[in-house]
Amino acid sequence: MKNSGRKINSNTVLLIITIVLFVVLYAGGCIAYGSKGFTHLQTFLNILITNAGLICIACGMTVVMLTGGIDISVGSLVAMDCMMIAVGLQAGIGMVPMIIIVLGVGLLFGAVQGYCVGYLEIQPFIVTMAGMFFGRGMTAVISTDQLSITQDINAAFYNLANLKIALPFGGYTNNKGVYQVPFIRVGVVVALVVLVVIFIMLRYTKFGRSLYAVGGSEQSAQMMGLNVKWAKMRAYMLSSFLCSIGGICYCLNTMAGSVQQALGLEMDAIASSVIGGTLLTGGVGNVIGSFFGVLINGTISSIVKSNGKLASSWPNILTAILLFVFIVIQSLFALYRSRKNK
Amino acid sequence: MDENVVLTARGITMTFPGVKALDNVDLTLRKGEVHALMGENGAGKSTLIKCLTGINDFEAGEIHIEGIEGPVKNHSTADAQNVGISTVYQEVNLCPNLSVAENLFIGREPMTALHMIDRKSYTKRARELMNELGIEVDVTQNLENYSLAVQQMVAIARAVDMECKVLILDEPTSSLDEGEVEKLFTLIRKLKEDGVSIVFVTHFLEQVYAVCDRITVLRNGTFVGEYPIDELPRVKLVAAMMGKDLDDLAAIEKEEIDTAHADMAISARELSHTGTVKPFDLDVYKGEVVGVAGLLGSGRSELARVIYGADRASTGNLKVKDADVNIRQPIDAMNLGMGLLPDDRKAEGIIGELSVRENIILALQAKKGAFKLLSPKEQIEIADRYIDLLQIKTASRDTLVKQLSGGNQQKVILARWLATDPDFLILDEPTRGIDVGTKSEIQKLIVKLAKEGKSVLFISSEIMEMLRTSNRMVIMRDGQKVNELTGELTQEDVMGAIAGGES
Amino acid sequence: MNKNNTSIWTRIRSSALFLPFVCLVLVMAVNIIYDTMNGSNPLTFFIITLRDTTGNGTILYGRIIDILNRGSEAALLALGMTLVVSSSAGTDISVGSVMSVCASFCCMLLAGYGVSSTNDFNVPLVVGILAALILGCVCGAFNGFLVAFLKIQPMVATLILYSAARAVGLLMCNDLIVYIRNDAYGFLGGFCGILPTPIIITAICIVILTLVLKKTALGMYIQSVGINDKASRIAGLNSKMIIWATYVLCGLFAAIAGVVASSRITSADSNNIGLYMELDAILAVALGGNSLGGGKFNLAGSVIGAYTIQAITTTLYNLGVSSAQAPVFKAIIVIIIVAIQAPPVKAFMRKRAAQKQTVREGARA
Repeated sequence: MKNSGRKINSNTVLLIITIVLFVVLYAGGCIAYGSKGFTHLQTFLNILITNAGLICIACGMTVVMLTGGIDISVGSLVAMDCMMIAVGLQAGIGMVPMIIIVLGVGLLFGAVQGYCVGYLEIQPFIVTMAGMFFGRGMTAVISTDQLSITQDINAAFYNLANLKIALPFGGYTNNKGVYQVPFIRVGVVVALVVLVVIFIMLRYTKFGRSLYAVGGSEQSAQMMGLNVKWAKMRAYMLSSFLCSIGGICYCLNTMAGSVQQALGLEMDAIASSVIGGTLLTGGVGNVIGSFFGVLINGTISSIVKSNGKLASSWPNILTAILLFVFIVIQSLFALYRSRKNK
Repeated sequence: MDENVVLTARGITMTFPGVKALDNVDLTLRKGEVHALMGENGAGKSTLIKCLTGINDFEAGEIHIEGIEGPVKNHSTADAQNVGISTVYQEVNLCPNLSVAENLFIGREPMTALHMIDRKSYTKRARELMNELGIEVDVTQNLENYSLAVQQMVAIARAVDMECKVLILDEPTSSLDEGEVEKLFTLIRKLKEDGVSIVFVTHFLEQVYAVCDRITVLRNGTFVGEYPIDELPRVKLVAAMMGKDLDDLAAIEKEEIDTAHADMAISARELSHTGTVKPFDLDVYKGEVVGVAGLLGSGRSELARVIYGADRASTGNLKVKDADVNIRQPIDAMNLGMGLLPDDRKAEGIIGELSVRENIILALQAKKGAFKLLSPKEQIEIADRYIDLLQIKTASRDTLVKQLSGGNQQKVILARWLATDPDFLILDEPTRGIDVGTKSEIQKLIVKLAKEGKSVLFISSEIMEMLRTSNRMVIMRDGQKVNELTGELTQEDVMGAIAGGES
Repeated sequence: MNKNNTSIWTRIRSSALFLPFVCLVLVMAVNIIYDTMNGSNPLTFFIITLRDTTGNGTILYGRIIDILNRGSEAALLALGMTLVVSSSAGTDISVGSVMSVCASFCCMLLAGYGVSSTNDFNVPLVVGILAALILGCVCGAFNGFLVAFLKIQPMVATLILYSAARAVGLLMCNDLIVYIRNDAYGFLGGFCGILPTPIIITAICIVILTLVLKKTALGMYIQSVGINDKASRIAGLNSKMIIWATYVLCGLFAAIAGVVASSRITSADSNNIGLYMELDAILAVALGGNSLGGGKFNLAGSVIGAYTIQAITTTLYNLGVSSAQAPVFKAIIVIIIVAIQAPPVKAFMRKRAAQKQTVREGARA
């Protein structure tokens, strides 16, 4: 009764569902829009390029969600980052100092949020919601203009954004007979490095494991002598820091700063984590799942874009539906488990 | 300090807003002894423990620990662990989502040269540790896959492995069945031989005499005394805890009823709830008290919950007063004149932030429906009547119920059900965790209810109190109703029936 | 004597309405200082006059009226939000989006699908409004189902509609801003006699809800379920239905607010109606002295809280802060207010008060 063979781990099941879903979606895209180049490797790479920032942000979101929290400030923090970069570069600050400033601001932003959640014990949702409005408002305080970063403003940043890193495989010859070399951009490299680092951190460091413990049972973690408050605070700092890295990647894609930028990005990040098998109640999940969550998100956008006729609000609705489905699956698992334990 | 003494606490004083929780309390712990910390609810046991483990910040007094110069003051559980004090609570304080091995080592994992956690080596060490203590588990499985007893032992293993000198067990046996308790005691004896000093807090007197060497008794936040176990027989211990002699425990007279001519209160046929209780038949007559005995997890609570509709019946049918009924949820049962006092007072009983008055009228109001509000006058009248009748100790009827002591909270819930004037009342562990005085009051009340013609289903882990009040005993084992005992019974008869085999 | 004084002070301070009143007084003070510094009448804030306007005839005019008027939506949302917070210990963050989708639905029905501007109603006005209210209830029912029956954390459950509802509204309006150029539609957001209609609508809703909670046991049920839903169930309450019902009510109030907001601008602007309103609603509840952890609630506090927020917003605009920048200040206020109520801060304050007390007693002795 106590140890009847191998338990089917519902968490693994969730991850497998996610990966299968991605494969099915992508295959569907290939079949439906193969003629529009969906089958080329570059389409996949483009999903990575477009979503490089989102990957970083989703990693941060996963970290926070593991503790049982949530961070909905990420979208507006990205907007603020972009605006800061645009204004800063225009004011003549160099690229490297600007990146350091942005990362520093992210860390500070996260520290304040983390302090409120960890030490003042305010609900994460409320704190980060305030953070979200603060970020959006602050963006407007910095500037309400639509700024774009051109080559004249900062050549280094411009070149970095346009740098193509060619891949030695997977190319194809297009209908004009020109061989197309598949490429990625700097953001993708950054995102993949972040992914690997966070994966290792979550699995093999004390901090990483303490996040799981806090998410599993805060009281227990406390009783076992872990510093729960500090762990939580660091989780939010890490989230905002990763979000700022993501913000820079995002800025490299858009090369612009505006108050309306990255609206609803927090939704995409949360949806990616949830779809990737991170439990909203905390304690379960990892960034590999979140990575696939981002890919699913990106694939949906690509498909809607390839279709060309669907209204622009469809990706939002589809993501919400997916989020709904996964949340329901999670809750059914949880209900089933609690019933079984009774 | 005496050579043999591991820990002394002297003159510990601590006040909560308005209450002196501890007043000049002492505790002396010797090497390799099992020391019972006894007292009624509100005596200050938990507060004292929390002072030792750094959760509470006491105002006066000193704690000395062997091998450490000067007084020790812990500010967190981590501090306490550093000076060798570990605690295992009634609710297991481990993370269900982590593996057994991880639960054993989290916060102090072995590291590789690269400053990474060495997962292999701690899995190996976890296996060794569990073998050493004789606990059979697969350390790589998540903790949530194991029973509460195993989780408790893992918690103890964790504490022990942290080279603790002092192990505090705060009501570890409350949710364990007898076999599991025995396993736990084996572990405790083994630890004792290894020189660990154990503070054991429990409500079960038998367990104190089974494993403890010495007893410290607290009453109302004050130190009553410290006694070697042989010098303090049961009666004296109870007297020390209560501050008065208790002869009235025996003074309960139950009424015999003639089942052949009595009316039927409820009659269940083949009732079951998948996974918790197998199909059973049960008849309860008007004016009868039926005791339900069985080990924890035997389905004794679940039997009651199915009848009441707290868990919906999977099969079978139920007759109330000879009429077929279909109970889908508690309110249906209530409308048929039932009431259930659940075993978990905190989780399923009290509504902590509502007042005593609101808690008392809640069930009656629910029965009347949302749109027939009891007038303020009626509410006050009902609340006052039961506060008076059950002698609920509360500052006023509008005091929040969470501010009351456990026993008084239990009385409030009892009042809630009495207010609905039920014909059939299910009491699931009404006396758990409450002091001896209140226990006997509740037992008397049960008998009184029966005399008034109401029927009571009485579930308890203390067989004696059921024998004292019940006309009949239903025996549960492994989710199944296995027997019904009537007539003059002894504790041994019932235990034999619970254990199974020929009795 | 001295002791009596402290006890009155403590009683005032521990009153649930202490916080919103302090904020309100602060806002008034800022207004008075600002007006004085500008050389206008220091009491401009409080002056209410009758004015003739070309569009609306004789109407009441003044900053307070303006605040009551503009604060209507937040007050309506706060009503529903209070119940939701109480019963489920979580907030419904979809209210702003639900406002938007209800407004879009109403306008779509009135104008017909794909029409961007109309003078005549496609269906009777009542039908459009009722349909919007029903849609609000449906949205609430959806949220409530996820929370009550599937046991999903409220904020996560409502996150789905938070992101989807607005998008659905855009679909309904075919990505257009639908204009209803008809005075009858503008009435709800306009004037009724000398008073702005939104104030009247809000007042009616507040009165009805208060009466319902006072005259039935629903208020106690909701609190009971919010404090301990398992125990409530055993005591005969249908916890799930009660939680579900609070979400339906919240959706209904969001729909009313949405229709009012849409009527103000006689159009359905999916992207902007109800934008950031969820923050105002949650802030109103917190400001009203309600614990966001659920359980006990105080409706009056939430309503006062909502108007306080509007007063803050209006004051910010008066001070020259743009509407895009205003969230910065609101966010800071939220954090301060919630931080004051946070358990660790409260514990710290109590400890300090106790220390002061001992010092005082020591001095007296």
